Amino acid sequence: MSDSIPSVSIINGRLVDPANQVDDMLDLHISQGHILATGDKPAGFEPDKVIDASGKIVCPGLIDLSVRLREPGLESKGTIATETRAAAHAGITTLITLPDTSPVTDSPAVMELIRRRAKQSGHARVLCLGALTKNLDGKELSEMAALQNAGCVAVTNAGRPLGNTLIERRALEYASTFGIKVFIKPEDRHLRNKGCVNEGIISSRLGLPGYPEAAETVAVARDVALAEATGAYIHFQCISAAKSVNQINRACHDGIQLSVDVAAHQLHLTEMDADDFNTGCHVDPPLRTLRDRDALREAVASGSIQAICSDHQPHEPDAKDHPFPDSATGISALETLLPLTLKLVDEKVLDLPTAIARLTIGPATIANLPFGRLDNGRSADVCVFDPDAFWQLEADKMISQGKNSPFVNWEFHGKVTQTLFEGRITYDSDA
Amino acid sequence: MVEQVTPTEFMQESAILDLIDGMASQLKLHLQQNRISDPAMIGIHTGGVWIAEKLHEKLAISDPLGTLNISFYRDDFSRIGINPKVNPSNIPFEVEDKHIILVDDVLQTGRTIRAAMNEIFDFGRPASILFATLIEKDGRELPIEAGVVGLKPMLKQKDYLSLTGPSPLSLVIGRKTPDGDES
Amino acid sequence: MRHHNHQLTEDGKLKHFLSIEGLNKNLLTEILDLAESFTSLADQGRSVKKVPLLRGKTITNLFFENSTRTRTTFELAAKRLSADVLNLNISTSATSKGESLLDTLRNLEAMHCDMFVVRHASSGAAHFIASHCAPHISVVNAGDGSHSHPTQAMLDMLTIRQHKEDFTPLRVAIVGDILHSRVARSQILALNTLGVSEVRVIAPRTLLPYDARSMGVHVFTDLHEGIRDVDVIIMLRLQKERMTGALLPSEHEYFNLYGLTEDKLHLAKPDVIVMHPGPINRGVEMDSAVADGEHSVILEQVSNGIAIRMAVMSMCLGSRQESQRKEETA
Repeated sequence: MSDSIPSVSIINGRLVDPANQVDDMLDLHISQGHILATGDKPAGFEPDKVIDASGKIVCPGLIDLSVRLREPGLESKGTIATETRAAAHAGITTLITLPDTSPVTDSPAVMELIRRRAKQSGHARVLCLGALTKNLDGKELSEMAALQNAGCVAVTNAGRPLGNTLIERRALEYASTFGIKVFIKPEDRHLRNKGCVNEGIISSRLGLPGYPEAAETVAVARDVALAEATGAYIHFQCISAAKSVNQINRACHDGIQLSVDVAAHQLHLTEMDADDFNTGCHVDPPLRTLRDRDALREAVASGSIQAICSDHQPHEPDAKDHPFPDSATGISALETLLPLTLKLVDEKVLDLPTAIARLTIGPATIANLPFGRLDNGRSADVCVFDPDAFWQLEADKMISQGKNSPFVNWEFHGKVTQTLFEGRITYDSDA
Repeated sequence: MVEQVTPTEFMQESAILDLIDGMASQLKLHLQQNRISDPAMIGIHTGGVWIAEKLHEKLAISDPLGTLNISFYRDDFSRIGINPKVNPSNIPFEVEDKHIILVDDVLQTGRTIRAAMNEIFDFGRPASILFATLIEKDGRELPIEAGVVGLKPMLKQKDYLSLTGPSPLSLVIGRKTPDGDES
Repeated sequence: MRHHNHQLTEDGKLKHFLSIEGLNKNLLTEILDLAESFTSLADQGRSVKKVPLLRGKTITNLFFENSTRTRTTFELAAKRLSADVLNLNISTSATSKGESLLDTLRNLEAMHCDMFVVRHASSGAAHFIASHCAPHISVVNAGDGSHSHPTQAMLDMLTIRQHKEDFTPLRVAIVGDILHSRVARSQILALNTLGVSEVRVIAPRTLLPYDARSMGVHVFTDLHEGIRDVDVIIMLRLQKERMTGALLPSEHEYFNLYGLTEDKLHLAKPDVIVMHPGPINRGVEMDSAVADGEHSVILEQVSNGIAIRMAVMSMCLGSRQESQRKEETA
């Protein structure tokens, strides 16, 4: 197979590889699907193709810790083929899917199905989070060791509630037996109740059921205590409240192994955006206050939050065409992951290498993956983007099957021009 | 576009009061001829009420004066919507079997009178309705006629006549009434 | 701020009536004035109590949440205006309610309705329908979730105006389940827009929204303090499920703390009026002596309800034709 991959040199670009502290005008040479060299062309190497990246940034392909590809089971919303193609357009080369598929990803068979579909489409690497409990019912443990053998990155209950804290404790203990990380979207379902927007001035004004901050912080406190008690490694996904980050920071300080990511939309939108019953902003966890948003931004800058994910959830149009509380949650977000992160650079929240780190080596470290870096011999997953390209997101031009984005009509700086996955060009804007 | 013509006074109060005197005489004659001894009177908001107040006094009618606001009965609601400030109709007597004198300031299309009669019938079935108007213009769109007319001036079809008041009363020409009503 | 204008035509007339939010004092006063005119229809010696204003129009009561009382007043209002009325009670239990909502909408549009009167258990449902239905249709919100119940609020304003003339010096207290009350939300907006001097809300903390002060009210947890020197007391209806949801211990304790009795009424202004959107739980929100007493205006609220709904219906449908006609002649 690899013989047929054309060799590539990406020249004249600014190479930003945070894992190797590289930020310099360096060429990148790729052969046999792997990084051959950076800088000068190795003697005797004649690339089949040369990409001129003048004025562009060359960085590792992005890794997204939280996506729903909707296959198997919800193909009306998206398929592995459509969503990985959208990922390639967005510079994303590794997608980590949640197990709330239908059937649930709680067996090696479902994982194998996903792996095969992804290989067929060939646009990006698709890795699975396995189910923490059977059918995500929160009652019985899944066969985690088998899932691990089949290649799952970690296990999670995908935001579905666990029956009780005893089950959580046992699930954490069992996972830690095999060194499997547990991904948790922290939520106390009783405190959450029917909440669909942040409990705050918008919920008070619009009479929408409030989703209090405490529904997240109480869960974080519980999960942290159990992580300490069991020695399990928890990764917190899609944090929304500033106080959650503070709690996790303190726990890390005390030596508990934890990591955190945040969805890109939480760094740009607030509860105020759900005003006018805008179902595009119906997300779970909900958009919080401006204070939370700013604290999350700071945490991303300082490294308290190590990764930014898309929390990609494509939907068919009907899913959002309901009164706010009845509408589906989530954003079709692959195509705005890099643009929203670059916006933080524009707004001087992050410098460019840090922004890229949160999309590459940050998530790679959390998921314990050998990707997200460009040292020699690594898989040639590369994203090339033009940081100055100015564009506007239009729903009908989105590649994802889901057009549900509150960022439609937003203006962005920075557009992916080429994506290479395992050395192959999976997207080329010039092509 | 409606051509805006500067309003000019067509008739002053003293002349109008003379017309009203004439109307009162005609009405008395009509009542005698028809052997109506105890009529009731209803004026149509707003100009018709001013005329009716004076006629009511001159004829010494025993029942208090009724007033009608035909806003809720207009046939052009679906074209021009509703005027929020509506002085409600007030008919302080039993309409059933009553001989009623209906009074308005200007008769032109006849649509106001149709609406007024519809509303009167929602209060009860009168024995008869006689219509008295200060001014009669050409331009009838419905088969409605005035039994008593103060004056039928020679006017161009485009001219609007409207009554301002209540004190002093004045007829002005060339101005569209505020709510676009064509009487 | 899109939804503020959503219910108005380009020239500022009422197109839909979804919420008090974004409507100015003049428009609210217009609604009250017109409703006042309509109240006269009922109390004269008229043998026919209806007017032909909306003849030939079809108004559909689209009730996704059962409420015979509210539906009846809308139905009566429509009939007094000579409109044809279609009543649809749509059960939300069987299918996902949203699905039937959009589907139902498409079906009804095909029947050439002119107005939807909507009640729905989800906040924002009326806005949703207004933004998804055909442009010639007006939507009147008859209560959506905990969000808004603007006709109820306006009939309360009419009742207050009939007793107090001027809104500006008034102190108004709203007592009860503010958190879940669409009526309270609409009342607070209407009272503040009409310029009362103070709106107070009185409830235990479990029944107060987050940062209630942000809604433009003074917050009291003690009834005695809260109703001192007020001109108007509005008691909200208490739903039984507040007990099972651990929001309150018992009706008994609620009545002891927040129930209105003649004793407590002495703390308010001597000419205070007492209101309640009905139906009253006697012995829970207030005792019978207050409900039937000289300060109670509860029955007037009911008759004003028809007039307000007539006013809103005729303004919405009137404005539509006016703006459409302008488009035609333009």
